[in-house]
Amino acid sequence: MAKISLKEWYLQKHHMHSEPIDYIQRTFEQYARLGYPPYQWVNNPGEPPFVPLGKALRDARVGLVASGGIYRLGQVAFHYKDDCSFRLIPTTVKLNELRVTHFAYDLTDARADPNVVFPLETLRDLAELSRIGELSPHAYTFMGGIYSSRKVKEILAPAIADRLVKDRVDVVILVPV
Amino acid sequence: MSSAYSITRSVNTPRAVYLDFPLGHTAGKPGDKALQRKVMIDTLSALDTIQVPGTIRTLPYRWATTDAWKDKVMRPDSEKKKHADDRVERSTDPQYQFEGDRQAAELNLADNGCTDCIWLEPQDLGKQ
Repeated sequence: MAKISLKEWYLQKHHMHSEPIDYIQRTFEQYARLGYPPYQWVNNPGEPPFVPLGKALRDARVGLVASGGIYRLGQVAFHYKDDCSFRLIPTTVKLNELRVTHFAYDLTDARADPNVVFPLETLRDLAELSRIGELSPHAYTFMGGIYSSRKVKEILAPAIADRLVKDRVDVVILVPV
Repeated sequence: MSSAYSITRSVNTPRAVYLDFPLGHTAGKPGDKALQRKVMIDTLSALDTIQVPGTIRTLPYRWATTDAWKDKVMRPDSEKKKHADDRVERSTDPQYQFEGDRQAAELNLADNGCTDCIWLEPQDLGKQ
């Protein structure tokens, strides 16, 4: 039996969860401790653009985009200095050909099982079961630790979006880390 | 999919699901296929059923029996290790998981270029 605090017991008993980690706040505190100015996070006020799916999931072609620094054996890996490149990964790839490098998170579990940051097998299984129509032939991966949000907005994101439109996906699953 | 609620809130995506797990586990736990599948089914369901733009739906899975792991994230204790990493000068050298990956990539580049690598910035266009 796990030892838990009274607060934990109360939360669990009432099916409540503790607060999400506020990464914006923690980053602010960390930067302050290190003497850096605060990081300027992307903030998009107002209502985001929204298009209803418009078809059943079992008829949908699903795209996958992930930012965990995933590449395939034979490809050039990402570097850690605002790398705005991306990789095409065939969605039929063997999982043991996938590699992960990144500076901003603990890679242990992603390397043991890439599905935790690149849920490819998960989606392949669901396509098998007709929960989705099909997986798009290529997934796109990039190195998410890019400090310049301008570069992402103006260079990287439009390039990936362009590919996704050409791939004629109905919906895209974005997996950040 | 997200494991950083306040960041996703600030970006204000059309739709999102939030999984209260440590960074590096946005889609689930390693080796736990059943949980990975549940998370993905919930994600797809959200795609289907979210009506209000900007909705972030919290998924009902816990990382551990207690939330003690949250106390250490990006806090001074763990920082010693992280700060040590930061002292390594960031360069534009590709960072490979295995040394064999570097050799495979260089062979590939020499042969017919990396066709699945897309570089977008002017300084990188020679790499292909």
